[in-house]
Amino acid sequence: MNPTPLAQWQFAITSVYHFFFVPLTLGLSVLVAIMETLYVRTGRDLYKRMTKFWGKLFLINFAMGVVTGIVQEFQFGMNWSEYSRFVGNIFGAPLAIEALLAFFLESTFLGLWIFGWDKLSKKMHLAAIWLVAFGSNLSALWILIANSFMQQPTGYAIENGQAVMTSFWALVANPHVWVQFPHTVLSGFTTGAFFVMGISVYQLLRKKEPEFFNRSFELANVFGVISVLLVILVGHSQGQHMVRVQPMKMAAAEALWQSEDPASFSLFTIGDEKNLDDVFAIRIPRVLSLLAYNRLDGEVKGIRDLQAEYETLYGPGNYVPSVFTAYWSFRIMVGSGFLMLFLSAWTLFRMMRGLPVVVGKYFKFFPLAILLPYAANTTGWLLTEMGRQPWVVFGLMKTADAVSPTVSFGHILTTLIGFTLVYGLLMGADLYLLAKHAKAGPEIQTPTRTVNDQAYWE
Amino acid sequence: MELNTLWFILIGVLYTGYLVLEGFDFGVGILLPFLGKNDTQRRMIINTVGPHWDGNEVWLITAGGATFAAFPHWYATMFSGFYLPLFIILIALIIRGVAFEFRSKDNHPFWRSFWDWGIFFGSLIPALLWGVAFANLIRGVPIDANMNYVGGFWNLLNPYALLGGLLSLTGFMLHGAIFLALKTTGRLHDNARNAAMRIWLPAILILMVFTVFTYFETDVLIKLGVNPGVIPIAAVLCGLVTGWFIRQKRDGWAFTLNALAIVFSSATLFLILFPRVMISSLNPAWSLTIQNSASAPYTLKVMTIVAAIFVPIVLLYQGWTYWVFRKRISERLEDLHY
Repeated sequence: MNPTPLAQWQFAITSVYHFFFVPLTLGLSVLVAIMETLYVRTGRDLYKRMTKFWGKLFLINFAMGVVTGIVQEFQFGMNWSEYSRFVGNIFGAPLAIEALLAFFLESTFLGLWIFGWDKLSKKMHLAAIWLVAFGSNLSALWILIANSFMQQPTGYAIENGQAVMTSFWALVANPHVWVQFPHTVLSGFTTGAFFVMGISVYQLLRKKEPEFFNRSFELANVFGVISVLLVILVGHSQGQHMVRVQPMKMAAAEALWQSEDPASFSLFTIGDEKNLDDVFAIRIPRVLSLLAYNRLDGEVKGIRDLQAEYETLYGPGNYVPSVFTAYWSFRIMVGSGFLMLFLSAWTLFRMMRGLPVVVGKYFKFFPLAILLPYAANTTGWLLTEMGRQPWVVFGLMKTADAVSPTVSFGHILTTLIGFTLVYGLLMGADLYLLAKHAKAGPEIQTPTRTVNDQAYWE
Repeated sequence: MELNTLWFILIGVLYTGYLVLEGFDFGVGILLPFLGKNDTQRRMIINTVGPHWDGNEVWLITAGGATFAAFPHWYATMFSGFYLPLFIILIALIIRGVAFEFRSKDNHPFWRSFWDWGIFFGSLIPALLWGVAFANLIRGVPIDANMNYVGGFWNLLNPYALLGGLLSLTGFMLHGAIFLALKTTGRLHDNARNAAMRIWLPAILILMVFTVFTYFETDVLIKLGVNPGVIPIAAVLCGLVTGWFIRQKRDGWAFTLNALAIVFSSATLFLILFPRVMISSLNPAWSLTIQNSASAPYTLKVMTIVAAIFVPIVLLYQGWTYWVFRKRISERLEDLHY
C-alpha cells in the first residue's frame, strides 16, 4: 500500500497537535513577562501572584510544546528522508540555528525562572522570563524561515538533484518569512490574550478574586486587541503575497475556478471538485480584487487556468489542492479572527468608558472564546500546508517523491497509532491540569519568608 | 581544517555533550523508584535535575539539527533507518518530559505514581536504546548503494548492540547515582552513594567486555590498531578511577571522572567512525562518509560562522545555571518546585 497518505496524516496530526501548545507559549510567555515587570517595578504583591498563577498555567502548556517539538525535528528524517536529502543543504541550517539560538535560550532560562525565585535577584529573575519569551519567539522565526523555503524557495540552486544554498541572506530575507513570521507570532500573542481573558472571566463570573482577575483581564485585553488587529492587517498582506507567489492556494481558498478580472469574493460556495465547478455559490463582485490588490479591479487567476499553466510548466499531473479544505480553513480562520477583534474591541471600549467589563449573560461565552484562536491557528496551518499540495517544496519537489523509500506502510501505521494514542492520553492529562489549576485560582498569598530564609544578596 | 572534518567533530561534540549531560538525568530518572522511599524523597530526586533536564535535552535537538544541516544524507539514512527505535525513544522522551512537569501538580497518589513510572521508563528506555544505536553505528548496518538502510528492525538488536545498550544503561545509572550523591544530603545522599558503589562494578565490567567485543565486531583493528591510543585507554582508566573516588567519598571527583569516562567513550566511538558517518555492512564502498553525505561548502561555511559565535555563548550561560544551582537540594517543601 502507498505509504504517502499515512505519512501525511502523521505529519498533519503531530504538527497540528504541536501547534496547540506553541502559540500559547509564544503569547503567555510575553504576558507573564509583562506581569513580572509590573511586579518588579511596583513591588505589588498582586503582580507577583499574577506572575505565579499565570506562570503555572504557562509551564503546564510549555512542557507539552517542548516534547512534541522533538518529534517535529526527527520526523523529517524518519518519514521524509528523500525530502531531507533534497533540501538538507538549506532546510537543515535554520533548524540547527533554531536549536542553537532559541531552544537553548528558552530551556535554560526557563529552568532558572522556575527554580530561581529564591536564588536570583529580582531583576535577574525578570530577565530570565524575558529571555524565555524572546527565545520562544526567536524559535518561531527560524522554523518559519525553514517553512518559507517550502512555500517560496529563495537563494538556492539545483546541483546533482539536490537543492543547494547559494545565499543565506536570501533564505533569511525571503519575503514570505516577513509576512508569515509576524502573522504567526501575533497569533500566538492573541492566543495568550484570549486564554487569560477567558479564564479571568470564568473566575469573575464566580466572583472570585475580583481585583486579581480584573487586572489580568485588562492587561490581556489591551494586549489582545493590539495583537489581533495586527494579525488581521498582516494577514491581509500575507494574502496579497499569496496571490503573487502561490496563486493556486488563493484560488483554492476562494473556490475561484476560473480567472476573473475584476475578481469576486465567495461568500458561500458548495463546489464540485471533480469538475472544478460550482454547485452553488454566492459571490460578491470585485471584493477579491480589492483584497488582492487594494483596488476594485485586477485579475485573480482561477484553478482551471492555473492547472493548465502548471501542466505546461511542470508536466502532466494534478496541481489542485483540496479545495474543500483550503476554502473552509480560510473562512474559519478569518471568521475567528474578526470575531476575536470584535470581542476584544468591545470589551476594551467598555473598559475605557469605565463600564463594568464583566456583566451577566453577555460574558458567559467568553471562556468559550478561548477556542477561537485555536480554531484560527489550526485552520491557518491547514491552509498553508494543504493549500501548497501537491508540492512539498513549491515548484521543486512533490510530496509523493519526498517520503522515505525504506519505511513501510506498516511502520508508519505503527507510529501513527502510537503517537495518536500517547498524544491523546497527554492531551487529557494536560487539559485536566490546566482546568484544575485555572479553577483553583491563585494562591491566597505568597508564603512570607523570615529574614533567616532570605538569601544574602537580597 | 577542512570544514567537513570540523563538522564531524562538532556533531561528535554535540552528541557527546548530550550523553554526558542527559546521561545523569536519565540515571536519576532510573534510580527514582529505587532511591525515593517516600514522596518527599522522590520530589527531592526529581528536583536535583529539575532546572537542567530540558537544557540537557536541547543538546540532542541541536545535534539532530546540525546533522541535518551539515550531513543531510547521514540524517536521512540514520533517522529513516533506525525508524522504530527512534520512535520508541521519542515516545519515552515525550512522556518523561511531561512527567517532570506534571507529577507534582496534583496530589492524587495514583497521578503521582503514574508519572513517576513515566519518568522511570522514559529514562530507562532511551538510556538503553542510545547505546544500541551507537553500537550499531560503529558495527555497521546494511546500507545499499542508494544510501538507504535495508536491514529492518530485528537486525539492530544483535548481541553486540545489546551489550552497547547495557553499557550506556549502567554508565548512565552510575552517572545519575553520583550526581544524586553530589546534590543531596542525609539519608538520600548515603543511599545514592551506596547505589553508585553497587552499580560501578557491573558498569566497568560491561565496559571492558564491550571493549574486547569491539575488536571483533568493528574494524577498530584497522582503524586504530591493537593499541588503540590515548583516548580509548583514558575512557577505561577514568571508569576505573571513578570507582576509587566513590569509595573515597569524593563525590565531585567521582562525578568528574565518570563524565570524562563518558566523554572518552563517546570520542572513541567517533574515532572509529571517522571519516565515515554510517558504515555499510554490505559493501564498504556504500558507506556514508563526511564527503559523500555532506552539504555543499557554502552551507558548511555559514553554519561554521553561526556555531563559532553562538556555541561559546550557550556554553557560558548553561554553565552558569549549574553554578546557580550548585547547592545541595534541601528538604523544605517550598523549595521543591517540581
